[in-house]
Amino acid sequence: MQERLQELQAEALQKVAEASELKELNDIRVAYLGKKGPITEVLRGMGKLSAEERPKMGALVNVVREEIASKIEEKQQVLEEAAVHAKLAVEKIDVTLPGRPVNKGNHHPLTRVIEEVEDLFIGMGYTVAEGPEVETDFYNFEALNLPKSHPARDMQDSFYITEETLMRTHTSPVQARTMEKHKGQGPVKIICPGKVYRRDNDDATHSHQFMQIEGLVIDENISMSDLKGTLEVFAKQVFGKEREIRLRPSFFPFTEPSVEIDISCKICGGKGCSVCKGTGWIEVLGGGIVHPNVLEMAGFDSKKYSGFAFGIGVERIAMLKYGVDDIRHFYTNDVRFLTQFNRHES
Amino acid sequence: MFVSYKWLQDYVDLSGMTATTLSDKITKSGIEVEGVEKKSEGLKGVVIGHVLEREQHPNADKLNKCLVDVGGESPVQIICGAPNVDKGQKVAVATVGAVLPGNFKIKKAKLRGEESNGMICSLQELGIESRLIAKDYATGIFVFPNDVEVGQDALSVLGLDDEVLELGLTPNRSDCLSMLGVAYEVGAILGREVKWPEITKEASAEKATDFIQVKVEASEDNPLYVAKVIKDVKIAPSPLWMQTRLMAAGIRPHNNVVDITNYILLEYGQPLHAFDYDRLGSKELVIRKAHAAEKITTLDDVERELASDHLVITNGTEPVAIAGVMGGANSEVQDDTTTVIIEAAYFAGTVVRKASKDHALRSESSARFEKGVDPNRVREAGERAAQLISQYAGGTVLEGSVEVDTLTIEPAVISITLEKINKLLGTSMTVSEVESIFTRLQFGVSVDNETFTVTVPTRRGDITIEADLVEEAARMYGYDNIPTTLPTGTVTPGHLTDYQQKRRKARRTLEGAGLYQAITYSLTSKNKATQYALDVRESVALAMPMSEERSQLRLSIVPQLLEVVKYNNARQLDSLALYEIGSVFLKQDGEQLPEEREHVAGAITGLWESNPWQGEKKSVDFYVAKGVLEALFDTLGLTEQIDYRQSEKEGMHPGRTAEVLLNGDVIGFVGQVHPTVQKELDLKETYVFELSFKAMAEAAVAPIQYSAIPRFPSITRDIALVVDATTVAGDIQKIIAEAGGKLLKEVSIFDLYEGERMEPGKKSLAYSLKYFDPERTLTDEDVTKAHEKVLAAVKEKAGAELRG
Repeated sequence: MQERLQELQAEALQKVAEASELKELNDIRVAYLGKKGPITEVLRGMGKLSAEERPKMGALVNVVREEIASKIEEKQQVLEEAAVHAKLAVEKIDVTLPGRPVNKGNHHPLTRVIEEVEDLFIGMGYTVAEGPEVETDFYNFEALNLPKSHPARDMQDSFYITEETLMRTHTSPVQARTMEKHKGQGPVKIICPGKVYRRDNDDATHSHQFMQIEGLVIDENISMSDLKGTLEVFAKQVFGKEREIRLRPSFFPFTEPSVEIDISCKICGGKGCSVCKGTGWIEVLGGGIVHPNVLEMAGFDSKKYSGFAFGIGVERIAMLKYGVDDIRHFYTNDVRFLTQFNRHES
Repeated sequence: MFVSYKWLQDYVDLSGMTATTLSDKITKSGIEVEGVEKKSEGLKGVVIGHVLEREQHPNADKLNKCLVDVGGESPVQIICGAPNVDKGQKVAVATVGAVLPGNFKIKKAKLRGEESNGMICSLQELGIESRLIAKDYATGIFVFPNDVEVGQDALSVLGLDDEVLELGLTPNRSDCLSMLGVAYEVGAILGREVKWPEITKEASAEKATDFIQVKVEASEDNPLYVAKVIKDVKIAPSPLWMQTRLMAAGIRPHNNVVDITNYILLEYGQPLHAFDYDRLGSKELVIRKAHAAEKITTLDDVERELASDHLVITNGTEPVAIAGVMGGANSEVQDDTTTVIIEAAYFAGTVVRKASKDHALRSESSARFEKGVDPNRVREAGERAAQLISQYAGGTVLEGSVEVDTLTIEPAVISITLEKINKLLGTSMTVSEVESIFTRLQFGVSVDNETFTVTVPTRRGDITIEADLVEEAARMYGYDNIPTTLPTGTVTPGHLTDYQQKRRKARRTLEGAGLYQAITYSLTSKNKATQYALDVRESVALAMPMSEERSQLRLSIVPQLLEVVKYNNARQLDSLALYEIGSVFLKQDGEQLPEEREHVAGAITGLWESNPWQGEKKSVDFYVAKGVLEALFDTLGLTEQIDYRQSEKEGMHPGRTAEVLLNGDVIGFVGQVHPTVQKELDLKETYVFELSFKAMAEAAVAPIQYSAIPRFPSITRDIALVVDATTVAGDIQKIIAEAGGKLLKEVSIFDLYEGERMEPGKKSLAYSLKYFDPERTLTDEDVTKAHEKVLAAVKEKAGAELRG
């Protein structure tokens, strides 16, 4: 009997070892360990044994069964794993094929510049002020120290609608309107982005419609050095930390003293090239200390308050920043142009 | 203003300064030098030659064979094509080896068989603009006066060994429209003195007042008029040095008298005018406003009609000049003129500006009057001109001048404290630093306990208030020396307004959905301005448009976006998704300004999804466009307030267009562009939308309030309903949602069937209804009760039957 059992064990283990499929293994399990299997048969034959032998033989049967069962289990794991591998092998795909396209739009490059500037100034405590694109002569010119006979009006050829209304030529009227709302009470800290219009023929460097951002701060101790510091922060943020800024005296009717700001040329690093016309500097901004007439006209006491204002051309910034060579691209909206600005840039 | 470096040296010592270093200093102190032109750039080897012989070229009618002494060992033969070349002339010769502008090298050559050893040059060939060349030499070579030395460098004789600074003057710095003005500026920058020209007077027995009377009938516009009389003049070319200086400054030489008036204009900034005394037709000058419709023929031979707000100089009966703008042809100085009246006057800027604008005549004179001349230089400029005329035109200056003077000249006196200057600039200048700046500028200054009292010379009419003095101090101190600080006052919170935040969110949502932002023009044609308008009104028109294409303010954005689609389609870019947020302009009765209303619009065409290798693609349809809007409304919290209604709109597909309603008010539309319009614009199937963003942004939105995450399972029931084919899905959905009561949480359509298995005139809509109670697990009975109400409601209100 014992021999028979050992024989069966050897035979079963042999088969388990040879089994190559899960089904085969299951058949072996049924064949050897099932109710009709040879081991069960051996158990049945135990009745013939003596009471002494019986437990011994019983224990032996269990050892054999367990041995077979454990080998089957082991083999099963091996086969299952192999089956999984085989299945995965079949499921292999070409990961170099392109992914499913996700529709993705983006800001216009001008909006990109405006939002960057807005966020920078919001961080410094400014709010964003907006106003109408069709303006009265008063807010567009007179409130900004440009009376009707002022020679500086020549500098801005405008689109008039009536004698008294026109397409605004700068976003400065928003400053005038905001100051008026403050009723002589500071502080005022705003930036004003928006569309403006001038009577220019559209070409590579002129557009009858373009965008500006202007800034205005009015408080009790505002100085030229504050303007200088603010614009330095701006220039470095927008054009990069390596840029240097240079101030030059200039003239605007609504500021006195006035200043024009150049940044060192990004293309040549200041050595002089065609973009900066050999000077190493590129003009990007105008500004100055708010003219006392402008303050007084808006109801601020110019003895108590002072302020600074500045203005920049959005297209100009975008052209310099991204190397765009024709201002008309911004308004043609060729998608091959628009799609170039749809990613982050450090 | 063009400033000759050499000429400037007459008035201020420039030693140690090159034109370039001087330019940098001028730019840094406030006047931008836009360029420095080296006149002799690209020129080499041009000398004065003497034409010894000239004869006709044996083989060419239009060529001359010349023998020219160029200062070498022996004369050289040069073939010259200029019609005016002749024996005895002193001319500019580009010798063999010379280089002319454009890197044109002069070599030995044979012309029609005759040897030519150089070239006799015209001024154009030496790089001088044609418009600056005196009429006599406009079409030939330039002939020098006889006193020039043969073999001498012609470039230096012509003043081309000079550098010219181009000043970009801002309107306030008209004081620098004169060499003397620039000299003051440069003197201040360098801390050097300004030398004035010396004027010598010779006594004459005859008096100017015996020749002419002056009467001013418009003293407000002409508070000072000075007339000088010079007799026995001989009209001839002006000296070469004067001609070259005029050309360097951009003025064409004419004759000695005219050139001298122009020379003084450049030197003093005071425009002068010369009348031919004998052609005047009277012995008086009367300055008055023109009569309406009065006529004058000006120097350029144009007859002009005057208006009553133009100022004229008359001979007592008819105009002989438009004051400050241009003289009349009737009193012009000509070759036979012998007696000249020089007018030096102060005309008001506004009256000159008016006439110059009305006649489109902008001259060197009018530009200076418009900006205001220095009243203190008027007389002196007249004296200097008279002296130069006697010197270079051989005349006799009559004693005295004829004047009408009602001008009161009061220099501005401004006081300012050191503290004010330092506070506005953020600097810490000392009293002596500031004082020295004002002294360098040659302003009168006295200091009393840190308060400066500054007397501003009349040449600086731009300085009238404290702030102007602050600017002078700042620019002379150097902007680079101003410290760098940030404002330190009251702390203010920086933020976007609610409206601005919504606009940014709307942009993000549309871009996230795949649309690119476009920015188009607000100005458009009359036709396009009102197309697709949400609110139909007459468009706002420009008074003087530059073209019909850009003559009106838009009432809608869609036509502009369709243009963009058309542009891209024409470049094989077929799949497009674009949006724009911008203002439209609505005329308002009784209001000065139009209403500006921000709209959001979009245009989508071509493929919406395309993944070709997996065989997937989807064209844009109505529901793509509507889906984008739904996402937009969802972001803005408006979903519950929005409705869609089938509608017909001009230019839109009548069956595929919906009006969008916000709380019952139409705020825009979405749909397909009408096939006829698509064809006209050469577009493929294109879907557009336009909504009042203003209305959307101004609608009240409830704050976000958390509701508990369901702890109990929900139960879903599907129903398929048979309804009339004309019934719209939105209505059924609404009926279901209302009837379902509290327990019904979600209704969604999952099938639409209109096929042949339906009875004619019917269609099937299938909805999935999700029921749930946050407090407990729902029983089948609860759901059935609610569900039956739904079925009853759709049957009653829409005649819907459950599909068998």
